[in-house]
Amino acid sequence: MNRFALPIALFALLVVVLAIGIKHSPDKGVIASPLIDKPAPQFSLPSLADATRTVSTTTLRGRWYLLNVWGSWCGTCREEHRMLLEVRRSGLVPLVGLDWKDDDAQARSWLAQLGDPYEVVAVDHDGRTAIDWGVYAAPESFLVNPQGIVVYKCMGELTPEVWEKEILPRLQKRQAATS
Amino acid sequence: MLPELGHFALILALLLAALQAFFGIGGAMLGRERWIAAVTPAVAGQFVMIATAVGCLVASFVGNDFSVLYVAENSNSALPLFYRVTALWGAHEGSLLLWILLLAAWTVAVSIGAARLPPRFAARVLGVLGVISVGFLLFTLATSNPFHRLVPAAPDGRDLNPILQDPALAVHPPILYTGYVGFAVAFAFACAAMLEGRLDQTWARWTRPWTTAAWGFLTCGIALGSFWAYYELGWGGFWFWDPVENASFMPWLVGTALIHSLAVTDKRGLFKSWTLLLAILAFSMSMLGTFLVRSGVLVSVHSFAADPARGIFILAFLVVMIGGALSLYTWRAPLLKSTAGFELGARESFLLFNNVLLVIAAATVFAGTLAPLISDALKLGTVSVGPPYFNPVFMLSMLPLLTLLSVGIHSNWKRGRLKDKQRTLLYTLVAAAVLACGVVFGIYSHGRMLTPVGATLALWIVLASLVDPIDRWRRGLSLSRAVVGMTVAHLGLALAALALTTVQSFTIEKDVALAPGASTSAGGYEFRFDGVRPLEGPNYDAVGATISVTRNGAPVTVLKPEKRHYWVQGNDKTVTNIEMHRGANILVALGDDLGAGRWSVRIQIRPLVSFIWLAALVMAIGGALAASDRRYRTARAPQAVSAGVATGDATP
Repeated sequence: MNRFALPIALFALLVVVLAIGIKHSPDKGVIASPLIDKPAPQFSLPSLADATRTVSTTTLRGRWYLLNVWGSWCGTCREEHRMLLEVRRSGLVPLVGLDWKDDDAQARSWLAQLGDPYEVVAVDHDGRTAIDWGVYAAPESFLVNPQGIVVYKCMGELTPEVWEKEILPRLQKRQAATS
Repeated sequence: MLPELGHFALILALLLAALQAFFGIGGAMLGRERWIAAVTPAVAGQFVMIATAVGCLVASFVGNDFSVLYVAENSNSALPLFYRVTALWGAHEGSLLLWILLLAAWTVAVSIGAARLPPRFAARVLGVLGVISVGFLLFTLATSNPFHRLVPAAPDGRDLNPILQDPALAVHPPILYTGYVGFAVAFAFACAAMLEGRLDQTWARWTRPWTTAAWGFLTCGIALGSFWAYYELGWGGFWFWDPVENASFMPWLVGTALIHSLAVTDKRGLFKSWTLLLAILAFSMSMLGTFLVRSGVLVSVHSFAADPARGIFILAFLVVMIGGALSLYTWRAPLLKSTAGFELGARESFLLFNNVLLVIAAATVFAGTLAPLISDALKLGTVSVGPPYFNPVFMLSMLPLLTLLSVGIHSNWKRGRLKDKQRTLLYTLVAAAVLACGVVFGIYSHGRMLTPVGATLALWIVLASLVDPIDRWRRGLSLSRAVVGMTVAHLGLALAALALTTVQSFTIEKDVALAPGASTSAGGYEFRFDGVRPLEGPNYDAVGATISVTRNGAPVTVLKPEKRHYWVQGNDKTVTNIEMHRGANILVALGDDLGAGRWSVRIQIRPLVSFIWLAALVMAIGGALAASDRRYRTARAPQAVSAGVATGDATP
């Protein structure tokens, strides 16, 4: 082998490392939330359907839920909506909406128009709760277990792929543990 | 309608790029004159198509067309017009489009400049640039289409990330990318030379001005990015060794080595295979930078788009381009023989050291950047590599580089006759040391061990590089732009070294909690907190603080840092306020509301920090001067450079 082949040999090695890097990146590509395996931040907010009632983390305790941050101003949320309706239909985990910095009337008409996948929607007008949860941009979804611990965070659209690869296995593990 | 037009224009551009690649390389290989004649029109057409696509996207941004997904995600109707235009490169898809536009612009420039080159060689250069363009256009159309429609349209956009709403960042990406992409020209020249087997030094002569120009842009781009991070991220640092910063710094280091190695190849016909390798490496580093930023392999503050599918595409593209070029190199480089020799102490040996040290520096940055990835791949756990690794390791290669520079510029080509210059070197070194120690101990009074060393080396470069030009000027001899450019760039480097030494040694940082009316002192200045007031901007609301700065009772300035809250994205942003006083930057950032009117405030005093960016500008001006030297503009430059110099092997 001549010495001029050394650069390409080193490059081949680098490609292998980068390829391994890509294979691992689904867990690294998303900005990891510091909330994972930590207690979910507390909130107590008015409900979208009835402003006199409150939605709070204390009442949600004791069962699994998927907190979905959305807003009627958010384009990707609209794309995501169909998937959320599927989740509701599956009945595997209740969806809790966090309506982020939104106009209540617009949010209500959005749900009336497109269908309401949520069991309950909390209204976060000033975005304080979203800051506590470290929301970067809507949509985002957090899977929370009965102990109130955040198990998984999905940045951006909840795609069928994320649902099957990330959320379903975690929910199935739950069933295995209880049965 | 406009987005579809843009999308269509982009597809046409891809076809034209493919034609350019095919006719350029194929035409030169088969010697078909007609094919070669078709290359330049393809280049022009491709540029027009890409410019049309960019124009369509800009129009969608300006017209608030939120039926375009990219616009809806990165703009908002409340966003000021200026940022609606610059939001074009606010995220992945648009950045890529900008990359492609700049590549097309460079290609047009090369096709105009190539009129002086042998037609076949020019066709090959343009053909290689066409291949690169095909890769990036395919990447955009397949994985990152910026014209994707959103049905139904969003009522309003998600807004541009607040930290990107800033004038410096509006110009940072275009300039940085111009530099990045500019190395594609050197890469194309090297590949064309290898394809043709024309491996004498002529290709180096043709490449030099392009490489120097690209290097100048890259220098400016990196400095702007650093400047932006300094005042915009609100942490007051100017360099974080963040993967994205490293991704732009590695091509800079390799590019700097390439500029010097090209000089040796051009003037003396030496280092020929090494120069080829560096030309490939410099652009490979640019592409690798794109890969690292865009694939999500490394997570960084800058990575807005992280997507494995894109990563796989770029990796495949890297394999084709870099792997292809390196295979060519493996095949062609053994044909090169250098017949000319040089003595130790000759300019060649100093430039060899320069190259070795710069490549070592690039390699250490590379290793540090990829270390987390490698350790993860080998399952050694997650490591993070930060300034504690980069700073000392980088200095280890930079200190000898600065030392050798002062000596090297006084050496002659071929012969190591340094004895004649001994006296000049000694005098300038002593003068620099006296001056440096005087400044360090006289003005600043304390310092670290390396402070006088760094200051001495920097001042030595200043004095040593001015000796010859002043001497020539006094004797009424003319100075070529290349020499003036080189001297200016070296002075810029010295300025950077001096500023970095001072900043690293004498920065004062202080975090304090202040109630209205309370004061604190730092670095001889008094800071009085006069309280906060609410403010409102076009797309945010904010609290602004007023802090009066005095020195020995005399007022210096009133600083007004802000803390903004952007409505749409719901993000907070710290807006620092910076004042220059006696060469030092006084920076104040507003932290958190601690209740009862008390706020946490961060105060920093960084002496000479502005000179780091000024130094980069000086270096870039040096590059521009050198690139515009007359000798590059003469048509079909004579092949033999100077009498008595062996020209190495002829083309096979």
